[in-house]
Amino acid sequence: MCEDIYSDDHIRQVLGKVKTIAIVGASANQVRPSYFVLKYLLSKGYDVIPVNPGQAGKEICGQMTYASLADIPRPVHMVDIFRASDAVPAVVDEALALDPLPRVIWMQLGIRHDAAAAMAEARGIDVVMDRCPKIEYARLAGEIGWAGVASNVISSKKPKAQAGFQRYGIVPRD
Amino acid sequence: MSNIQPGFSTLAVHAGAQPDPATGARATPIYQTTSFVFEDVDQAAALFGLQAFGNIYTRITNPTTAVLEGRVAALEGGTAALAVASGHAAQLGVFHTLLTPGDEFIASNKLYGGSINQFNHSFKSFGWNVVWADPDDIATFERALSPKTKAIFIESLANPGGVVTDIAAIAAIARKAGIPLIVDNTMATPYLCKPIEHGADIVVHSLTKFMGGHGNSMGGIIVDGGTFDWSKSGRYPMLSEPRPEYQGLTIHETFGNFGFAIACRVLGLRDLGAAISPFNSFLILTGIETLPLRMEKHCANALAVARYLQDHKAVAWVRYAGLEGDACHALQQKYMPKGAGAVFTFGLKGGYEAGVNLVGNVEMLSHVANIGDTRSLIIHPASTTHRQLSDQQKTAAGAGPDVVRLSIGIEDAVDIIADLEQALSRVG
Repeated sequence: MCEDIYSDDHIRQVLGKVKTIAIVGASANQVRPSYFVLKYLLSKGYDVIPVNPGQAGKEICGQMTYASLADIPRPVHMVDIFRASDAVPAVVDEALALDPLPRVIWMQLGIRHDAAAAMAEARGIDVVMDRCPKIEYARLAGEIGWAGVASNVISSKKPKAQAGFQRYGIVPRD
Repeated sequence: MSNIQPGFSTLAVHAGAQPDPATGARATPIYQTTSFVFEDVDQAAALFGLQAFGNIYTRITNPTTAVLEGRVAALEGGTAALAVASGHAAQLGVFHTLLTPGDEFIASNKLYGGSINQFNHSFKSFGWNVVWADPDDIATFERALSPKTKAIFIESLANPGGVVTDIAAIAAIARKAGIPLIVDNTMATPYLCKPIEHGADIVVHSLTKFMGGHGNSMGGIIVDGGTFDWSKSGRYPMLSEPRPEYQGLTIHETFGNFGFAIACRVLGLRDLGAAISPFNSFLILTGIETLPLRMEKHCANALAVARYLQDHKAVAWVRYAGLEGDACHALQQKYMPKGAGAVFTFGLKGGYEAGVNLVGNVEMLSHVANIGDTRSLIIHPASTTHRQLSDQQKTAAGAGPDVVRLSIGIEDAVDIIADLEQALSRVG
């Protein structure tokens, strides 16, 4: 995919078909964007696994951290890359060595690598580049508007209220 | 409606809103509450730390106001917005985020008189120094630049003169200098002009005017264009430096292309306190649903009244960019081809006295210090809105002694003209 244009339905489907998300480059620092994303996706019921060699063996936000994707003892559905674009090929190589293969490789806002993306897509993996899963989830669920952010979604469907206060989920569209 | 950019009228009705999940209420409910119950301390901590989306306290966010913010952001083509108590509060919020004491900003000298006052007096007491430039001579903006300049501020359609500003030309100067361009789009509204498309980085509004449109609610808004790199120069530390009150969080890095709106909210509004009432947000939202219909009628009526005045024997001149012979007509055709707005000025041959008489003689038109109402409004700026300015400032702002300002409403044009006819016949 040369154009970073993903339909809302595609993003909704991608975020709906994964349960286990490995965040490569997850920080233990509570004010780093990668920590924000990890904590948010956990709150939405995903099994989030931090990957960070410097934190391996320790917990981030209550989740055990691994040094590499290969060290994770359970199947990973989505690899979220929180590393600079030039570090992407090595992470994608690692992801393509997993068995079973992940279903989705996601690169964070500002991060893209077309050649690595093409390699992953050739193996049947969905690739999303230059997007943030927290923003996309909150946008499609309807939460992001609470911060005054334009959702670019026009819909008269009922938001999917989750347990507790002020928690929306993504409504499947199929 | 996935990924097909909806039209303006569709956005005006729908953007930012969805049915209430608890009741199915289709209109946006008025969440007239100060505060929101936390599930537990963990959720509270995530909300206070800006890690989760959600409302804590109506001074900072409110679900009714959030719909207004999402809607105006969509209409302007921005990434996010922050609604506040008034247009003046919006300007205060923008500059609070951009400036530190000793900084300068350049502003057009053709602005609403209240903005001229705010910049000349209150802002100076914060150590924020305005340097004036003339939009009729674009080079004055370039000459006004200094190493201390942090931003440029203009109105797309200037109040009260009806002058159309060459947004793209001034945006080019701002871009070259590495500073953001702020455009007050109150008089044009995004229906007539979208400044972000012409290079603006931040748009502000008095929502009190055409956006709300019914003369019943005060409000203002800051729209983040999502276009400016706040970290590049290091000159905007509120956005690019770690914030001590948020445990060292860096706003631009964390919130990316909507970081400016977030900074104005969680640093500016949080501390300055000029929050909009949820009830006002509701009324303004309701007004915005008919913005395209109203603006069309406002503009058609204004053009009819301007043409009528142009031929009147008591009238010396009419300044309305919609008139073919007007000095701003070419700029109007470029920036707001759907219409030149509904606020314009004209000069009376009888000068100051005739102006005072005219506002006394009208019967249906209302003599008020406002614009952008469904009702037609009239004012003599030299004796009212602009009386605090010096004679030189009055003339520079398009508010000389003979000047009368009209804000044409959405009544029948023939009735507006009839009232002006009887009033003009007695100005002496």
